[in-house]
Amino acid sequence: MSQPHRLAEGGRIDRKRPLTFTFNGRVYPAFRGDTLASGLLANGVHLVARSLKYHRPRGIVGAGVEESNALVQVGEGARSLPNLVATQVELYDGLSARSVNVFPSVGFDLRAVNGWFARLMPPGFYYKTFMWPAGSWRQYEHQIRKAAGFGVVPTGADPDDYDHMNVHCDVLVAGAGPAGLAAALEAGRTGARVILMDERTEPGGALLAGSGRIEGLPAGRWVNRMVEELASLPEVQVLARTTVAGYYEHNFLLALERRTDHLAPGSDPGPRQRLWRIRAKQVVLATGAIERPLVFCNNDRPGVMLASGVSEYIHRYAVLPGSRAVVFTNNDSAYQTAFDLLDAGAQVEAIVDSRPAGQRSAEARERGLQVMNRHAVVDVRGAKRIRGVRLMALSADGGSVSGKGRLACDLLAVSGGWSPTVQLHAQSGARPAYDARKVCFVPGPSVQAERSAGACRGSFDLQACLTEGFRAGAAAAHATGHGDGGLSRPIPSVEGREGDPIQPLWIVPAGKPVSRVPKQFVDPLMDVSAADILTAVREGYDSIEYVKRYTNLGMGPDQGRLGNVNGIAILADQHGTDPGSIGTTTFRPMYTPVTFAALSGGEQKELFDPVRKTAIHEWHVEQGALFENVGQWKRAWYFPWPGESLDEAVDRECLAVRRSVGVLDASTLGKIDIQGPDANVFLNRVYTNPFMKVPIGRCRYGLMLDENGMLMDDGVTARLGEDHYLMHTTTGGAAHVMSWLELWLQTEWPELKLYMTSVTDHWATVSLCGPNSRRVLRKLCSDVDLSRESFPFMAVREGAVAGVPARIFRISFTGELTYEVNVNANFGRHVWEAVFDAGEEYGITPFGTEAMHVLRAEKGYVIVGQDTDGSVTPVDLGMERMLGRKKDFLGKRSLFRSYLVRKDRKQFVGLLTEDPKEVLPEGGQIVDDPSAPLPRPMLGHVTSSYYSAALERSIALGLVKGGHGRTGETVHIQNFDGRTIAARIADPVFYDPKGERQNV
Amino acid sequence: MQKYSFLSLARNALTYHENWQRAWRSPDPKPGYDVVIVGGGGHGLATAYYLVKEHRVGSVAVLEKGYVGGGNTGRNTEIVRSNYLWDEAAHIYEFSLKLWEGLTQQINFNLMFSQRGLLSLGHTLQDLRDIQRRINANLLNGIDSEFLTPEQIKEMVPAIDVSPRARYPILGASLQRRGGTARHDALAWGLARAADSVGVDVIHNCEVTGIRREGGAVTGVDTSRGFIKAGKVGCVTAGNSGVLASMAGMRLPLESRPLQAWVSQPLKPILDVVVMSNAVHAYISQTDRGELLCGAGVDSYNGYGQRGSPATLEHAIAAIIEMFPRFSRVRMLRQWAGTVDTCPDACPIIGLTPVKGLYFNCGWGTGGYKSTPGSGWVFAYTIAQNRPHRLNEPFSLERFATGHLIDEHGAAGVAH
Ligand SMILES: Cc1cc2nc3c(=O)[nH]c(=O)nc-3n(C[C@H](O)[C@H](O)[C@H](O)COP(=O)(O)OP(=O)(O)OC[C@H]3O[C@@H](n4cnc5c(N)ncnc54)[C@H](O)[C@@H]3O)c2cc1C
Repeated sequence: MSQPHRLAEGGRIDRKRPLTFTFNGRVYPAFRGDTLASGLLANGVHLVARSLKYHRPRGIVGAGVEESNALVQVGEGARSLPNLVATQVELYDGLSARSVNVFPSVGFDLRAVNGWFARLMPPGFYYKTFMWPAGSWRQYEHQIRKAAGFGVVPTGADPDDYDHMNVHCDVLVAGAGPAGLAAALEAGRTGARVILMDERTEPGGALLAGSGRIEGLPAGRWVNRMVEELASLPEVQVLARTTVAGYYEHNFLLALERRTDHLAPGSDPGPRQRLWRIRAKQVVLATGAIERPLVFCNNDRPGVMLASGVSEYIHRYAVLPGSRAVVFTNNDSAYQTAFDLLDAGAQVEAIVDSRPAGQRSAEARERGLQVMNRHAVVDVRGAKRIRGVRLMALSADGGSVSGKGRLACDLLAVSGGWSPTVQLHAQSGARPAYDARKVCFVPGPSVQAERSAGACRGSFDLQACLTEGFRAGAAAAHATGHGDGGLSRPIPSVEGREGDPIQPLWIVPAGKPVSRVPKQFVDPLMDVSAADILTAVREGYDSIEYVKRYTNLGMGPDQGRLGNVNGIAILADQHGTDPGSIGTTTFRPMYTPVTFAALSGGEQKELFDPVRKTAIHEWHVEQGALFENVGQWKRAWYFPWPGESLDEAVDRECLAVRRSVGVLDASTLGKIDIQGPDANVFLNRVYTNPFMKVPIGRCRYGLMLDENGMLMDDGVTARLGEDHYLMHTTTGGAAHVMSWLELWLQTEWPELKLYMTSVTDHWATVSLCGPNSRRVLRKLCSDVDLSRESFPFMAVREGAVAGVPARIFRISFTGELTYEVNVNANFGRHVWEAVFDAGEEYGITPFGTEAMHVLRAEKGYVIVGQDTDGSVTPVDLGMERMLGRKKDFLGKRSLFRSYLVRKDRKQFVGLLTEDPKEVLPEGGQIVDDPSAPLPRPMLGHVTSSYYSAALERSIALGLVKGGHGRTGETVHIQNFDGRTIAARIADPVFYDPKGERQNV
Repeated sequence: MQKYSFLSLARNALTYHENWQRAWRSPDPKPGYDVVIVGGGGHGLATAYYLVKEHRVGSVAVLEKGYVGGGNTGRNTEIVRSNYLWDEAAHIYEFSLKLWEGLTQQINFNLMFSQRGLLSLGHTLQDLRDIQRRINANLLNGIDSEFLTPEQIKEMVPAIDVSPRARYPILGASLQRRGGTARHDALAWGLARAADSVGVDVIHNCEVTGIRREGGAVTGVDTSRGFIKAGKVGCVTAGNSGVLASMAGMRLPLESRPLQAWVSQPLKPILDVVVMSNAVHAYISQTDRGELLCGAGVDSYNGYGQRGSPATLEHAIAAIIEMFPRFSRVRMLRQWAGTVDTCPDACPIIGLTPVKGLYFNCGWGTGGYKSTPGSGWVFAYTIAQNRPHRLNEPFSLERFATGHLIDEHGAAGVAH
């Protein structure tokens, strides 16, 4: 297979490793080391894409990150990748790619008819139309959406893995061109910890795309030598295929390493991409510059390329993108491209230079080239590939044209000057400044520990890049305490040539008003033309932020890398000022797009959020339990017997507790160990009820409020010793309570002497509930007197249970006699099983959270977060008695505000349906008049609702306006499924109102 | 005002779009106005528009320190809905939603208001209880609301994963079909143009630096373009409200925090509803350009820096992938943030202040885009009548003294 445009020799491709790839269904040959773009050009394929709005044919423009036309979809199925840039896709054998957003094909795209109606689609046209008839936007939108977007989302879940790497370093160098290599090396030589990152396949940057010599070596060889020395420095790390994409506060940066994208899918077992999170003491930006296109008619046609891109294809990939070339420039750099083309065997028809004759044009003429000074390419011919250019003579100020001429060509290499890559600098919070002499935005004063070197600072010649690079490296290292800031060796000198200045040329005139000539694209990717910007200005959208938003300039996948500066300058011309006073739009992360999954790193699938399991979890699994997520915990929800429904299982579990004995795995309850002489003072402030004088060995139930006086958490706190307490929190609230307490302790009451430790995971909690629980426990515990007299309700004892040291709490959430046995989590399962063996004769039954909810509802106990929602006070719950009168506590002040003392607040009540079998819907809204017109006044809602097997009827809890004074009245519950159910307001304690059963 | 229509578009096409007029004037400030509105976001512009339109106030200016819509109005994720839990909130958001439904026609600017439906997902049993409670409350408040099972969700959103595989499987959702999105720039520009057309001076690059008072009453504002006299001053400056309040010697119960959003590269249509999840803390829709537009909760610190922290971003992206495993390989294009003004109860403050003639409309926090027309309408009423309208009465500053908070955190967790 031939590659007609491949040069016979040269390039950094590996000719010993041929490969094939597929594009739009056709198979092409290429070499390892090629990108998709170079592979296509080697095979003469220029037409690769269609534009967003008008579906104009588009070709490859550049060779690297600046490419903004050649978006492709790579691969199929779940591994498919949308919107990759062809110049950044490294080829591997078998790679398959296709054009995006074309119908049916890139060569024949039906949507190209849009181009005929382009006149009806000025910027912002959609704000002005699609309004008729009223409310019809959805229909229009449907069609518009179909046309929008580029690639397609993969078809399935991602088979690949991703991870994060956290690193600290002294000096981070972004970009490994000459300036970056120099900086990294100089910093590295001081012994500083240096990381050098570059987005390309290998270090070298622009040096790999050129033909220069440094220290007598061809540039490529010099790069190799630098890289070797870097490799020899133990504190230096060099990462290729790694883009520094985001620059955040405090010198925190994100970089994306593409580990396996250049390999056939599945061939590397490691993560596909890795996100580096870097905290750098100093940052050196050496991110280079991007060549600007020129804005002339039909400048988007395939075959119009950036001059630097053309040179790079020749040198780096040994590909000649055209055989008859015209070079069009307003500056010196493109002359090298003309020479490169010539050397590579192309015919160079002419160099069209907007400037008067100068040193370079003389040089070119010496080499036999035709140079047309003070000329411009005003238009091109050809649609899917250019066939020639139209030329005109340009006035000295670049403002008008005259005469006419034509040249035939298949390649037009353009250069409109260079734009330093100031994105990261700007992301760091600094403001780029405009340099009128260099005709570009350059870095402004730094606001973080950051400096720029080389082309990204506007220093475009190699000598300056090297000088700035070495100096920046030395200075950055010195700032971190390494080296003395001086250079370790003399800076290599390279042959430099004086040149002529660039001429600003923002819109190439075409002899007619901009609005009347064929489209002169500024941002080809988003189909934004110079005329569009003028229209926006005319309509008053005349600041750069408006222009961006109104025309979409720079809003596309390339974030305006190619077009923004031209756009800013065109706008400046309209205002009669310079681009500096217009300023740039805000540069935002990311510099280039970053994979979603790389940002989330390992936090996916089962690792999305840690799964917390109790020490007894596996036993529940073995018993066939179903689980419920409560916070991060997996809690056993219920333990169905084969064939049993949720309701049947829960009834059985509840009855077992009421009649004999049931066991709950309560290990997930939050536990905070509090020790210190001021522990009681602290508890007394955070709980509403008194905590100063809890006797050792006793427990107290407490309520915790937020500043607004709303119930935040509840739980039992036990006094274990003189200065030692154990606080229980709700399962879901544990972490929040812990940080809430720490907040108060650390920021408001630092004088209090105590420490808090979360010990939730240290303990397994086996809760034996039911009239037979004492009998069961007695079989396992001989050293604690379990009698009612010596171990009363709300007491805590220490002893051995099943041979294991245990804390036993006599507290109850079910209203039954209950022992909560806490043991070291490692013994949790052992004790749990021992309890089951001991309880076998009593038909001991495991029960889950659902039965627990029913049992506590029978007793009218609230669950914070279910029966309350952050708007409920203890008074609303009927728990006034829990409010300490003589002391202050968090939230107390708020409880006396006028709205909180009103009698018609929503209050906690019981609800009983007329039909005892009918279970109210949780979340049902409570109304007085179920047929009142909408909006219908609501009294409150049902918070908890169950069928109670013990009571043989349904029960419910809810919040009802003025509910405490309405016992016995009938209200109506309405639910979205259409039901309206009558219920009577009742006391919320349905079972054992006197509380005798837990006190035996 | 030059009327926009397909016809006017066609007519202008014939003249190469050379004859479009400015969408709104760019006047210099006059020495004084009856009412000065500080803040050229959606809320400020809407207020000015309704002040003239509904209350015939003689002269009104909107002073904007940057460019119109450059604050949160131009940074938000465009979600419009009214399915709030509490009556007070539900009524004002529903009032606003009704205004949205006619606004495009009224101001002759296509706001691309797309009632494509909005899903709030539930991942735990408690989520389901909360969702069903909210649906019931919405329905009784006359707001459309439906419950969807996981199967129904899947049918509506094929790209979503409702399988039990997920760490927090999706167990159900509420759906507001009348909810959706509207183009934020369109709202800012459309309102600026509408306000301008009724005679309001919309003045940009004019920062208010002081609020002058005499004898407890406001007399005008100092600005970067000089002193401007004003009979009344309405402050609608979102994240900067605390700064404005301090100019008048007041403090507001607000925290200013970064809230971020981001987009993916533009993709072919894959998601035609808005999907929100409080539990895993992220939400997502797809713009008409094809980008996946995502957001998260507020960043965990206070500040005026309009940039998002990577930690919040990473976590929210993980949540997006958890819900939509197919989006894993999609690439993020751009991340940005605004400064949101959040009240302790996640509800706004709209009303009078202790200073006579000075009014505040703020505290919309993470979710005030949707309320723009309604907020402007009631604020205009409040300023013109010097008393709150029934709809914004509950949102007075006094509620922090009486304790009558309207806690929308439950309904608003990641509230947009
Ligand atoms: C990332 C993000 C996503 C969001 N998503 C949603 C969503 O999906 N749905 C939703 O309903 N809401 C959302 N919101 C919230 C919503 O954007 C805001 O509540 C709403 O836009 C506020 O509008 P505004 O007009 O009050 O404020 P802004 O638009 O912020 O306007 C205030 C204006 O005041 C100006 N200003 C400030 N100080 C001064 C001064 N001293 N002098 C003069 N001018 C001044 C500012 O420049 C600014 O333009 C989101 C917010 C953010 C940041």
